[in-house]
Amino acid sequence: MTTERPRTRADIVDTARRLYEDLEFTAVREWLAADPDRKAVGCLPVYVPREVVWAAGVLPVGIHGGGDRLEIIRGDAYYQSYICHLPRSVVELGLSGRLDMLSGMLFPSTCDVIRNLSGMWQILRPEVYVRYVDVPQVEHPATGLEFWKGELSTIYRDMCAIAGTEPSDEALWAAIDDYDRVRDVIGRLYALRRDEPWKVPTEELYLVMRAGEVLPPPDFVDLATAYLEACHAEPLRRRDNTRVIVVGSFCEQPPLGLIKTIERAGCYIVGDDFLLGNRMITRPPERGGDPVEALAHALLFHHQPSSVMYEPDPDAKEVTIKKMVDAARADGVIFAAASFCDPALLDRPMLRAGAEAHGIPCIAFKFSENTGQFQQFREQAGTFSDSIKLWGGA
Amino acid sequence: MAPTTKEEVKVQKDRSMILQKEMIAGHFERLEKAPETGEKVVYTFVPGNLTELIRSFGALPLLPEINALQSGMRGKSKGYIAEAERNGHSEDVCTYVKCDIGMLRSGNIGPTGTRLPKPDLLLLSYTGCYTFMKWFELLREEYDCPTVFLHVPYQGDGTLLPEHRAYVVKQLRETIIPALEQVTGRPYDEDLLRENLARSAQAEDDLVAVLHSAKNRPSPIDSYFGGVYYVGPIFSAFRGTPEGVDYYRALRQEVEARVAAKQGPLTPVGRLDDQKYRLVVEGPPNWTSFREFWKMFAEEGAVVVASTYTKVGGTYDFGFRHDPSDPLGTLADYCGGCYTNHNLPGRIEMLERYVKEYEADGFIINSVKSCNSFSAGQLMILREVERRTGIPGGFVESDLVDPRYFSAANIKNRLESYLQMIEARRAGGATSSEALGRLA
Amino acid sequence: MNCFVGIDLGSTITKAVILDEAGEVLGRGITNSRSNYDLAAEVARTEAFVTARFGLLRKEVEKAAGGAMLDRLLRAFRTEQTLVQLDRLQHHIDAEVVSTVAGPLQQPVTEVIDEIFRRLRQEEEDWFAGRTEGTRSDFFRDHVGSGWARLSEELGPPVDVSFDLLLSLYDKCIIKVENEPLELGFQDHIDAALARIGDVEGVDAVRLGVERARDAELVEVATIGTGYGRARLPFAKEQIRSEILCHGLGAHRMFPNTRTVLDIGGQDTKAIQVDGRGIVTSFQMNDRCAAGCGRYLGYIADEMNIGLHELGPLAQRSSRRVKINSTCTVFAGAELRERLSLGEQREDILAGLHRAVILRAMSLLARSGGVDDEFTFTGGVARNPAAVAALEELVAENYGDRTLNISPSSIYTGALGAAIFAMRAAEEGRGVAGTGTRQEA
Ligand code: SF4
Ligand code: SF4
Repeated sequence: MTTERPRTRADIVDTARRLYEDLEFTAVREWLAADPDRKAVGCLPVYVPREVVWAAGVLPVGIHGGGDRLEIIRGDAYYQSYICHLPRSVVELGLSGRLDMLSGMLFPSTCDVIRNLSGMWQILRPEVYVRYVDVPQVEHPATGLEFWKGELSTIYRDMCAIAGTEPSDEALWAAIDDYDRVRDVIGRLYALRRDEPWKVPTEELYLVMRAGEVLPPPDFVDLATAYLEACHAEPLRRRDNTRVIVVGSFCEQPPLGLIKTIERAGCYIVGDDFLLGNRMITRPPERGGDPVEALAHALLFHHQPSSVMYEPDPDAKEVTIKKMVDAARADGVIFAAASFCDPALLDRPMLRAGAEAHGIPCIAFKFSENTGQFQQFREQAGTFSDSIKLWGGA
Repeated sequence: MAPTTKEEVKVQKDRSMILQKEMIAGHFERLEKAPETGEKVVYTFVPGNLTELIRSFGALPLLPEINALQSGMRGKSKGYIAEAERNGHSEDVCTYVKCDIGMLRSGNIGPTGTRLPKPDLLLLSYTGCYTFMKWFELLREEYDCPTVFLHVPYQGDGTLLPEHRAYVVKQLRETIIPALEQVTGRPYDEDLLRENLARSAQAEDDLVAVLHSAKNRPSPIDSYFGGVYYVGPIFSAFRGTPEGVDYYRALRQEVEARVAAKQGPLTPVGRLDDQKYRLVVEGPPNWTSFREFWKMFAEEGAVVVASTYTKVGGTYDFGFRHDPSDPLGTLADYCGGCYTNHNLPGRIEMLERYVKEYEADGFIINSVKSCNSFSAGQLMILREVERRTGIPGGFVESDLVDPRYFSAANIKNRLESYLQMIEARRAGGATSSEALGRLA
Repeated sequence: MNCFVGIDLGSTITKAVILDEAGEVLGRGITNSRSNYDLAAEVARTEAFVTARFGLLRKEVEKAAGGAMLDRLLRAFRTEQTLVQLDRLQHHIDAEVVSTVAGPLQQPVTEVIDEIFRRLRQEEEDWFAGRTEGTRSDFFRDHVGSGWARLSEELGPPVDVSFDLLLSLYDKCIIKVENEPLELGFQDHIDAALARIGDVEGVDAVRLGVERARDAELVEVATIGTGYGRARLPFAKEQIRSEILCHGLGAHRMFPNTRTVLDIGGQDTKAIQVDGRGIVTSFQMNDRCAAGCGRYLGYIADEMNIGLHELGPLAQRSSRRVKINSTCTVFAGAELRERLSLGEQREDILAGLHRAVILRAMSLLARSGGVDDEFTFTGGVARNPAAVAALEELVAENYGDRTLNISPSSIYTGALGAAIFAMRAAEEGRGVAGTGTRQEA
C-alpha cells in the first residue's frame, strides 16, 4: 500500500482493486507488521459494531468470502449443495492460512449459516477468539437497549484484552468519531452517485467501499475522500441509462462481473445494499453521556431497514422499497439475492409485493459470489432497462 | 424380527398413540370453535414455546410447524409448496414456511380437517432459527393482529449467560405478559402459571424415563421415528396440561412394560425385537415419506436409540425441568436450552454423549435442505463426532416436507452401504482381535 | 473347480468377475446394462465364464499352439457370437417391418435391410480376417449400431427409404435382442469357432485343449451382487453388498496398500477410505446434485460434438487454463457457449472444466477424511488423462506426495470386490451361493 494519496480516479480505483483482489490480505498484514503490538479481528457480514473493536486498538477486517477468485476445496467439504456460497469461501480462507493474522472473529446474527459458522470456527481455530454477536432484534429501551449495551461492553472488554489496552470512554468516543467520518464520506459518495451517477460508476464505488473493509478507518476516509474529489474532477460521459436500486446482496457479495453487467446493460445503480454493514447506522451516535449507550441507541433506533433485523412495524415492509426507490429517485428495482440466502429470499415476496403495489417495476435474480457467467443477467437487466425507457415501467 | 404380518402391523398401535390422536383431534376441534367460544388463539413456534404461560391466560396455542409437518405426512405439502412458489417464494427457502403459506392460501384447513382460526396474537418466540422471524413477518401480512417478539439469545459460548437469561425474563415481564394480558383481557396469574409448570415437570420426568429406556437391549423405543410421536404432546399444545400428564404417565407405563418383556418398539415392519444396529440420529426427519424412511431402518434391523431432533422443543434428558418456584426464569432456561439454540460444539458434545451413553453402533445425519439452522455445519459435526467416538457416521439428505427432495433409491443406497460398513467393521474387528488372541 | 462370482450391476455397464479357489481372477465379463437387469447380469456372467474357459485353454496350450493361434480362435468365437445376434436382430427387424411399415414401402425397406445385413455379415468376416482397421466396441449394441447408422445413410435415402426410419427400426429391435436370452456361452460356439479357423498347423493341440477347457468343471459356489441396480437383482438379501464395500475391497485387492479410493462414474462420485484389510472405514458420495460426475463431461463432449475419449487429450493441449467455477450439468452447455463466444480456446475451457470436476471430487475426498497413501482412482473418468493430471496436481498441492494407482481394469473394481465377498462368504460357510451349480461350459 502506498501511503501517499493517489491522485487520479484511475490510480485510486487501481489501489482499491488491488486490495479487493488480494486474498492474502496483505494490507492488513502490513498494518500489523508495522507494530508488533497491533491486533486485527475479522468481522463477518452484515453488521458488527466496529467502533468497539477499533476503540480497543484492534483493526476490524471485513471478511466477505473469496468472490470468484478463490478455488474452493476444503470449504466445500463442509457444506451441502443447498447452502449459500459465502461460508465455503470463508472456511477456505481460514483453512488455507489466509486469515492467520487475525486474533479473533466476530460472527454477527445475520442468519443461521453465519451463526453456525461461529461454532465451526471455535472448533477449527481453537486458539482464536470467537464471538457470536447477537444483534438485538427488539427495539425496546428497557430490554433491547440494555441487552445491546451489555453486548457492546463485553465485546469492547474482550477486544481490549486482545489488544492489551485499557477500556476508556475517550477511546470509544475517538473511535466513534472515526466511524462517523467513515459514514460521512460513504454518505457523500452514495449521494453523489444518486445525483450524478455518471460520475460514480458502481463498479468503482464498490471497489472503494471494499477498501474500507481492510483499511484502518482514517486511511479509508483519505482514500474515499480522494476518490470523491476525483469523481468531481474527472467526470465521465453521461448516458441515457435507467436508474435502478439493487436489493438483496447485503451478505454474500455479488461478483464484480455482475455489477458491471448490470451497468453495461444500461442501468445506473443509484442505490444498493452491498456491504450494508458499513452504513447500518444512519445517524451519528449522540454525543455527551455514555458512548456505549450512544452506540447502542444509534443501532436500535436509527438503522437501515434490512432483511436481517426484525421489522416491528407491520406496515413497514410494504413501504420499504417505495421509500428506497424514492430516496434514490430510481425507476425500478433489481432483486439480486445470493442463491439459498434465506433472509434475502424470504423477504423478497414481501418487498416485491410492496413494490408492485406502488407500481414500481422490478426483476429478480439469484447469483453466487463465484458466478462465472452473466449472459442471463445481461439479457434480463437489458430488457428491464429498455422496457422502463420505453414504457416507463414493466 | 417378530413374525408379524402386514395386517397385524396395520392394526397394531400403541395405546399411547391412540390417546395422542384423541388429544390432538380434541385440540383442533376446540381451535375450530374458538371464534364462537371466544377462546383466544396464539400462534407460536415449537422451539421456545411458552405453552404454560399462554395457557395460564386461557389462550390456545397453535403451532404452524406442526401443521406443516402434518401436511407433509398427509401428502398435502407438495401442493401447498407449489402454491407458495407460484406466489413468488423461492425454491431455495425453508419448505415449512412455504407449506404453511400455501395452506393458508388454500383455505387454511388444518391437519385434522378442521378450519384453523385466525390468530389473536402472533407470539414470535425466537429460538434457534431466524426463519421463524421471517415466517411471522410473512404471516403478519395476512392477518390483522398484534405480533410480539421474544428475543432469546443464542448459546454462542455454550451456555445461556446469566445476563441473557435476565434479558429473556425481562422481556417476558415487560412485553410478552402485557401483550397476553391485552389480547386475553385477563391479568397475569402467576399461581396458575406455577401449577402449569409443575405439571410440565411431571410430564418431563416421564418423558425422560422413556428416552432413557433406549439404553436397554433391546431398546423398547425408537427414539427418532417413534420419538417424534413421544415428544408430540410436550412439544406442542399440551405441556403443562392435565392431558399431557396423563399421556406421559401412560406412555411410560407402556414402555416400561416392554422393557420388562424385553420387547422392541413397533415399526412399519412389525415389532423390532431383533436389533442389529443401535443408531443415533441427528437432524429432523423427512415427513413426506416418513414411514418409508423408517422402514428402511427397520428392515435392516436398525433401531434409533437417541436423536437430537427430539430435543428441538426442549432438552430434558440432561436434567433440566420446568421449575415452578422460578416461573419466568425457568421459561428463559427452557427457551435457551432448546436444541438448535445450542452452539455447534454443544451439539457435537450432545451427539458424542449419546453415542457413548447409549452404546450406539453408529450415527446418522439426515440433512434436510430446508433448514439451515440444523444443516449448516452438519458436515463438521459428522467429522468431529467421528473423531471423538472413533465410529464412522452416515450422511443422508432429504427435506422436511418437499417431496421433490426425497430420493428413496439414493437414501436407501447410502443407508445400506453405511450399515454394511458398520457390519464389516464389526466382523473385521472381531477377526483381528481373534488374531491378536491367538498370537498372545 | 470351485469358483466365486461377483456381479456389479451399474447404471450403464454391468460387469462380472470370477475368482478361482486360490482367489485368482479366472474371468471377466462386461456388457451394457439394460431394462432387464437379470439378463444383463446373466450376459456379464456368461461372458466371464467364456473368458474363464479361454483362460484355462490358454494356460494349457499357449506353449504348444502359440498365442497368435489362440487370439485367432477367440476372434472366431466373437464372430460366431456376433453372427447369432445379427440373425436375431434381423428376425426382429423383419417382423417390425411387416407390422409397422406401410404396405407400399415394405418392399424397398426390406431390400435395403437385407443389403445392410449382408454387408454387416461381410464386415464381420472382414473383422475376423483382420482386414478391419482400428478397435471396436466390446458391445454388440455399439459396434453393430455404428455400422448400421453408416450403412443406413449410404443405402437408404437413394431409394427413398429414410435414414430416420432405419434408425428407429434398429433402436426398437436392438432392445428386443438385448432383452431376450441368447446362447452365447463357450460350448455354444467353440466348435464353430474351431471350424472357422480351419485345419491349420497346430490346431490339433488347440482342439485337445478346447476339450479339456470345455470339460473343466467350474462350480459356481457363491455369487454376490453389487452396484446401483443391486436391489433389482434376483438375489437374496445375503447375496447383496453395497458398491461402496465392494469398491473398497476390490481396490485393496488390486493395490493392497490402498487407503483411499476415488471412483468417478457416470452418475456418481465416491470417496472411500479403507483399512489395511480393505474394510471400508468411511465413505462419502456426491449429494443429489450430479455436478462434477462423469455425466457432466459427457454433456460437454456432446455439446462440442466430439467423442468422450477425445476430451482429455484435447484439454491437455491447453496452455492457459480458464477458471470455471460451476460444474452444474444444467448450465454446462450455456457456460461453454458463453466462454467460446468470449473467444476462449476450446482446450483452455476444457482444461478448466476438468479441473472443476476434480475439485468437486477433492471436496468429497476431504469430507471422507482426506487422501492417504496409497491412493487408487477408479471409474470411467480415471481413463481420462486430463482428469488424472488435474487430480495428481491437486492431491500433491493439498496432501503432498501420494502414490496414485490406476488399473487398466479398474472398471471391474466393484465386481472384483463382490467376488471376494462371495469367496469369503463361502469360506465362512454362509450359503450365499444361489446356484451352487456346475456351470455348463
Ligand atoms: S448469504 Fe444469506 S444465507 Fe448465506 S450467510 Fe449470508 S445471509 Fe446467510
Ligand atoms: S429453517 Fe428449520 S428451524 Fe427454521 S423454520 Fe425452517 S425447519 Fe424450522
